[in-house]
Amino acid sequence: MKKIMLAAAAALALTAGMGMAQNVRIGTEGAYPPYNFVNDKGELDGFEIELGNELCKRAELQCTFVKNDWDSIIPNLVSSNYDAIMAGMNISDERKKAIQFSEAYTPPPLSAYAALSPDADIKGVVAAQTNTIQAGYIAESGATLVEFPTGEETIAAVRNGEAEAVFADRDFLAASVNESNGELVWIEGQDKVVVGEGIAIGLRKSDTELKGKFDKAIESMKADGSLNAMIRKWYGEEALIF
Amino acid sequence: MSQCLQTVQDYALRAIGIGEKLLPRSDFTLCQQVTLIGSGLIWNLYFGFLALFFGFFLANALAVARFSRNPWLRKPAEWFIFVFRGSPLFIQFFVAYEALVQLPRAGIDVLGITVATSWMTKAWAGALLVLMLNTAAYSAEIFYGALRNVPKGELEAADAYGMTGWRRYRRIVWPTAMRLAWPAYTNEAIFLVHATTLVFFSGFPAFRQQGDALYYASYFADKTFNPFVAYPIVAGYFILLTLCLIGLFGVVNRRLNRHLPGAAKRLRYRPNLIR
Amino acid sequence: MFASCADPKTLEGLAWLMCYLSSGKHVLFYLSFGTVILLLLITAPVALLFGFGGALAARSRIAPLRWFGKVYTSMVRGVPDIIFFLFVPIALDQGFEWLRAKVFCDPSIPIRQGNEFLVCAAAKLPLSTSPAWVHQLYGIALAIIAFSIVFGAFAANVLRGAMDAVPRAQLETAEAYGMSPRQVSRRILIPQMWTYALPGLGNLWMILVKATPLLFILGVEDIVYWARELGGSKTSAYAYPHPDWRIYYFLAILVFYLLMTWGSERIFDRIRSRLSRGQATAAGEAMRKAAT
Repeated sequence: MKKIMLAAAAALALTAGMGMAQNVRIGTEGAYPPYNFVNDKGELDGFEIELGNELCKRAELQCTFVKNDWDSIIPNLVSSNYDAIMAGMNISDERKKAIQFSEAYTPPPLSAYAALSPDADIKGVVAAQTNTIQAGYIAESGATLVEFPTGEETIAAVRNGEAEAVFADRDFLAASVNESNGELVWIEGQDKVVVGEGIAIGLRKSDTELKGKFDKAIESMKADGSLNAMIRKWYGEEALIF
Repeated sequence: MSQCLQTVQDYALRAIGIGEKLLPRSDFTLCQQVTLIGSGLIWNLYFGFLALFFGFFLANALAVARFSRNPWLRKPAEWFIFVFRGSPLFIQFFVAYEALVQLPRAGIDVLGITVATSWMTKAWAGALLVLMLNTAAYSAEIFYGALRNVPKGELEAADAYGMTGWRRYRRIVWPTAMRLAWPAYTNEAIFLVHATTLVFFSGFPAFRQQGDALYYASYFADKTFNPFVAYPIVAGYFILLTLCLIGLFGVVNRRLNRHLPGAAKRLRYRPNLIR
Repeated sequence: MFASCADPKTLEGLAWLMCYLSSGKHVLFYLSFGTVILLLLITAPVALLFGFGGALAARSRIAPLRWFGKVYTSMVRGVPDIIFFLFVPIALDQGFEWLRAKVFCDPSIPIRQGNEFLVCAAAKLPLSTSPAWVHQLYGIALAIIAFSIVFGAFAANVLRGAMDAVPRAQLETAEAYGMSPRQVSRRILIPQMWTYALPGLGNLWMILVKATPLLFILGVEDIVYWARELGGSKTSAYAYPHPDWRIYYFLAILVFYLLMTWGSERIFDRIRSRLSRGQATAAGEAMRKAAT
């Protein structure tokens, strides 16, 4: 008797899940332009928001974006506060121990050093955002790592002399460097460093079904060229594309 | 066990830059957590004790200034105490950091000598300064209250002995004020030591991954996705620290009260929190 | 917000500033001051209630209850409050979901899978279908509970001290009138203790006010969050690019808190003089003399 009731309950849960589009909550940082940021209306905006909405449309998912601090973005995924991460997060071996990744939606991105002078010492004091692959890279490179909770603060640290250089995703730094009127410059020969294997959606390891859906959607966007167009839209003509 | 000894060797002094350069990245053991968090406690002790030490003198000066009849002394002291007691320490850290990084990098010229400023933005100096000013303001309020409560009889007796000015203050007023203020001051000291956990959660960045106990605890909590180990370890350390502090202040209290027969031998907790 | 702000790039000077300060993001910043005040107004009475329970438990004649009360009241002396704030909301969240999972989920699927904490969709709190504001409210509610637990322990300390401070003679008189222990508590002890508790409670309110920026650490989008978000330097990806202005935002918050504490102090002075009326304390005596 008990078994039958359980089976009935399970069947009910299944049909309920199939009846409408699955709800997926996507965690993002909201402080990493142009990947994701809070615009002046107070809404989330950026490449990943646009991409995420398109992917969800293709995968027939009902998606909502959720803001979460970068520090705790993985812990909150594994404790099920949301179901996916799209926050400029690179695939890395260390992260793979905790979560799984979808197929990458950007080519392996370039990281870069920026500083106040083009010959700054990259083995000196270098600022990076906490828990990023760039921070790991600096810690291993022998330079002195200064960590900040947000990307914006790492740039501020270079501006005010707290750090000699900042090491971060090139696309993130680009806007600040280009608009600084020559105050911030790339360090010579160090503006195109490959760290990481590409940015992807972070998912719980147990969520293979969701991974399948996102993978298929990313595939289809790669195939019809719409992903490349979107990358160009947000990162300019020289951006790396598939 | 020998593995744990190795961990202790590698990480016991990690917070001050001695030992293994890289923090553990995977396969975290309990031993690693206890060792590294304990190592971070060095910073809590550093901030706590130095801030209390310098703050004590500053607080005495402030209390006397506030007690003074001269408005040029009294008003600044009142404002200082109001600002530091009236705003959250957390915000004070943010403002102080943002203000300190605005100092010119190259240093300031004072009478032809260049005074370096860059060290002020480091936690060991900047955060210590904030903590010191903060505890000075709270302690000054306590000491001021004690100065007001010095028994009239003692002052009259001092006058009768012909004591005036500095001598009267040093030999009569100050010891009595300290005796009266001590229980509340003990409380303040405990709160200050607890407040040192905010240093690396506020504006001051951690250099070379050298931080305080809570910095390492949150590192582990984020990496292991399990807050139920690292934070209780910090809590345990702080309970020990608080007990030591109470013991230490109890000794001073007994000394301050040694001439009073039957005076409180043990420091009793004042529920009227000062902070 | 205003029609003239449609294209901020063309604006300059004061007009730019006006548009900047009324952008949607700034409105959220202004509203977050409300969040802080809301948190204070809810937390204060709840914490007082917790404190009351803690103080009564610590004086209880039933040993386990007394031990619990003693541990609860003394825990905030040994452990920094921020540790509780980092710990309690996560513990509560997972605790609630675990309980709901026991009721709503298929028991054959384990909740802890490796490092993952997984409950079925029906047990999620709040449900993943609920709108964003429910999630935010839930976050604030968890924060309020965490604050109430911690400040309840502080309040318990204060109230326990105040109960001990009520003159024995008053309680003994009540006993002589034949009141039972419960009646003594309810009719004499509790009404009389407030004048002794007030300085401590006033102080506690100040501590609570000054602890509210820690909401930021709990992930609530409070004034500190928006100050950092708005103050950071902005590139032209944003409508209103500007350099690093964080210090101005933090100074504004500092002033807000100074006003809060200053105002509270004024109010407490008033209540204090009201409660001292007719009490067998120095302040009460002074008032009696002034009146006659």
